Amino acid sequence: MSEIFGNYCEVTPEESAEHMCLSFKPSSVPIKQRWRNNGLSADFLGDYLTTFFPKNNNDPASIKKQASIRDAAAYIANELLENAMKYSNENGKIPNSIDLTLMEDKLIFTEINGINTAQENNFKSFITELENNDPDKLFMQRLEESAMTDSSSGLGYLTMINDYQAVLGWKFDDINGEHKVTTQVVISI
Amino acid sequence: MNIIEDENYKVVYEPDQQSVIFSGILRLGGMAEYAPIVECLEQAVAENTELTLSLKALEFLNSSGIAMLSKFVISARNKEDFELNIVGSSDITWQGKSLKNLQRLMPALSLNLE
Repeated sequence: MSEIFGNYCEVTPEESAEHMCLSFKPSSVPIKQRWRNNGLSADFLGDYLTTFFPKNNNDPASIKKQASIRDAAAYIANELLENAMKYSNENGKIPNSIDLTLMEDKLIFTEINGINTAQENNFKSFITELENNDPDKLFMQRLEESAMTDSSSGLGYLTMINDYQAVLGWKFDDINGEHKVTTQVVISI
Repeated sequence: MNIIEDENYKVVYEPDQQSVIFSGILRLGGMAEYAPIVECLEQAVAENTELTLSLKALEFLNSSGIAMLSKFVISARNKEDFELNIVGSSDITWQGKSLKNLQRLMPALSLNLE
């Protein structure tokens, strides 16, 4: 039985115009060595999208739109991949994956990773805090706290919501004794 | 002059110019990895009464980097009579979306997106 938080909606493949999925094995190489792959994968997803938003050099609005969609996709994908890498259960069998689905009026990011029980509980507490507070106030509070605590935990999600007007949702499942979290981020295009 | 760099980014503190210039792509793995840059920025706050932070060539910054900039702005805010100018680029998406938050942390900050 899945546990759902936030605005989570199942996406069926036939609904999407285009989608791309990247999948990684969490334990194959140390995190330090794999960190650069987050940026490479995120940039790739952002650049890949530009094909669907062609720019016309005589139309500054089309140039700006293409850059804005590419950069927003790269930022969000990078944050999701960084989180997956930091918090995934390296000893588990669930692979990390990120799927980018392009629909007529929105982009849907779906990131999946395994997670241990303690981290799952921390994550659910954060999501509950997010659901029960004004995201803008929580964001400013986290920025202030990050200066005191040297922690940037949760800031990635808060920037997506506040700066990129993203809508977030989560699904938690137990699969063969392992915990799996699916994070979904939707932005309008 | 104090320079911190790797293959993707460069941070240059120029005491004579009272400026710190960022360029490239910053996606370091958490606040701990940003510590050398935080230290450089805190030195710049300690040594000056006015400082310009140029981000015009900083193409990408992850959320840990945003936390790093917030920490710096809060240090600047806490120093009496300190004048902070941030210069960015409106052509760089993250700057147009996220830099305004720094001004909310420090309303006296001068933010100029060219």
